[in-house]
Amino acid sequence: MQVWKLLLQRLWRNSAFRFGVGVLGVLLLLAALAPVLGTVDPAAMDSAHINTAAGARGEFAQLDGTLVKHTFWMGADNFGRDIFSRVLYGTRTSLLVAAFTATVAIGVGALLGMLAGYFRLVDAVLMRFMDGLMAIPAILLAIALVAALGAQLWTVVVAIAIPEIPRVTRLVRSMVLTLREEPFVEAARALATPTPVILWRHILPNAMAPLIVQGTFVAASAVLTEAILSFLGLGLPADIPTWGNIMAEGRVQFTQYPGNVLFPALFLVPTVLAINLLGDGLRDVLDPKFSKRGR
Amino acid sequence: MLRFLLQRLLATIPVLLVVAIVVFLILRLTPGDPAAVIAGNNSTNEDIEKIRETLGLSKPLLAQFWIWISGVLQGDLGYSFYLNKPVTELIAQRLEPTLSLAAGTLVLAVLVAVPLGTIAAWRMGGWLDRILSGFSVAGFSIPVFVTGYLLIYVFAVQLEWFPVQGYRRLFGADGQGPWAWARQLVLPWITLAMIYVALIARVTRASVSEALTEDYIRTARAKGLGESAVLMRHALANAAVPIVTVIGIGVALLIGGVVVTETVYSIPGLGSLTVDAVLNRDFPVIQGLVLFFSLLYVGVNLLVDVSYLFLDPRIRY
Repeated sequence: MQVWKLLLQRLWRNSAFRFGVGVLGVLLLLAALAPVLGTVDPAAMDSAHINTAAGARGEFAQLDGTLVKHTFWMGADNFGRDIFSRVLYGTRTSLLVAAFTATVAIGVGALLGMLAGYFRLVDAVLMRFMDGLMAIPAILLAIALVAALGAQLWTVVVAIAIPEIPRVTRLVRSMVLTLREEPFVEAARALATPTPVILWRHILPNAMAPLIVQGTFVAASAVLTEAILSFLGLGLPADIPTWGNIMAEGRVQFTQYPGNVLFPALFLVPTVLAINLLGDGLRDVLDPKFSKRGR
Repeated sequence: MLRFLLQRLLATIPVLLVVAIVVFLILRLTPGDPAAVIAGNNSTNEDIEKIRETLGLSKPLLAQFWIWISGVLQGDLGYSFYLNKPVTELIAQRLEPTLSLAAGTLVLAVLVAVPLGTIAAWRMGGWLDRILSGFSVAGFSIPVFVTGYLLIYVFAVQLEWFPVQGYRRLFGADGQGPWAWARQLVLPWITLAMIYVALIARVTRASVSEALTEDYIRTARAKGLGESAVLMRHALANAAVPIVTVIGIGVALLIGGVVVTETVYSIPGLGSLTVDAVLNRDFPVIQGLVLFFSLLYVGVNLLVDVSYLFLDPRIRY
């Protein structure tokens, strides 16, 4: 336990980490508490409030027709939907996609990387395949996969995760190649430990720190890619409020009402920044070998 | 030299083969009859039957791949039934706007990022260095379309310095000359260059700062060489390999960015062709574009490999 306490102390001393945790903590709270933060149903359209200006107060007609007092903190869109509510509920989708994508990419990448690092035959075939995957520009591959699989939550997650997998695989493979020569692995092998147990109990824990760091960077790029896919009209269905979807709908009347694009961006940019800084902080503390910040 | 070139070319073959397999499989991932998917929504039964025959869809998967890949190798990327044209023709038509956008961005980004990164490394910890390191974190966190809309709002809508959206051709019968072409592209160039500048400047700074610690820099200064000559001829020249490498790798980012930027600025290039193709589920076009862009990316990185020979005389193959 002493080790964990020490690690947390060192992490907390890192200002990038503190900023990242702080911003993400606020976002998680906003996402969890969205229903009680003065929001209305994000899908409800009130024709009396089409393109209402930001900050205006009024009465919002809910789906069942009842009127509630409501402040349009970010205005309303061209369907009369409250942008503030949509952005807050969109936070849920974005964070969910980020977490799922990071988990899938890290999970699959770690598994493939361990196989490639430990079994020569798998290595030759698998790594050639990964080289090929990396030659396809990430966003393009994600777009093509969404086109093929159709756009739902899980297909979007898979489509964003697949282009990330080769990088994770390479990282894990290179670590396994070093780790497998270590005395403790040799000892385990001499004791006739089954290979899966060696991989799981002896190799994976030692590769964990760089994997966690890589996971945060995957999560950051997942938030961006999800927004880009939705923005292009290729991501999650338009009835699910995501930051990308809100901006995609605001695009049409951007020159008159820039708020529909700019308010979601005010959430999107700090989120990506926070996850990236969190990753930088984790890297500096957990994985000093890879942190080259030239200072 | 020739042997090296040949080796590199041969090494790209397995990569391109995997790309081809992935692109081929993308269509098979879709639920339903591939022939019907290729034919699109407005097709007749005869169309579908014809496709099934030419692509050999009743044959085993490997035979289908063979038919498809031998077509691709002969420059036949298939036929868009939605737009009623061969895919190669569609790509050729849309090439000019995309190349204008990408090439301009590349030049702009290199011209801005390399000097900035070099000066930041030269005066490490100075104000420019700190601004740059902040910018390079922010540059990766701001999506291309947000930058694009901000620039449109400020410079096209409010200040009216530049046109809002659209594209004017440089060449051809309806070409309007370089002035109209460039004026239309200034904002897209800046938009797309942001991430690229962040990426290149970061690597330039790291690479030049490493070179600056070498003995030959001290020697150059000791013999009385001016700082600019030290930086350009000694530090930058020795730092060139990683910089050129990241420029090559960054082309993948650039291609992704092209798709978004063309949508934001309504530029009728390959990027908007991609988006339209996905919206219309026009699979031959999607496949052709993924293949084309990947080939471009692999080709650029092949050039980067070859450039090492000239940039670093120590590298001998």
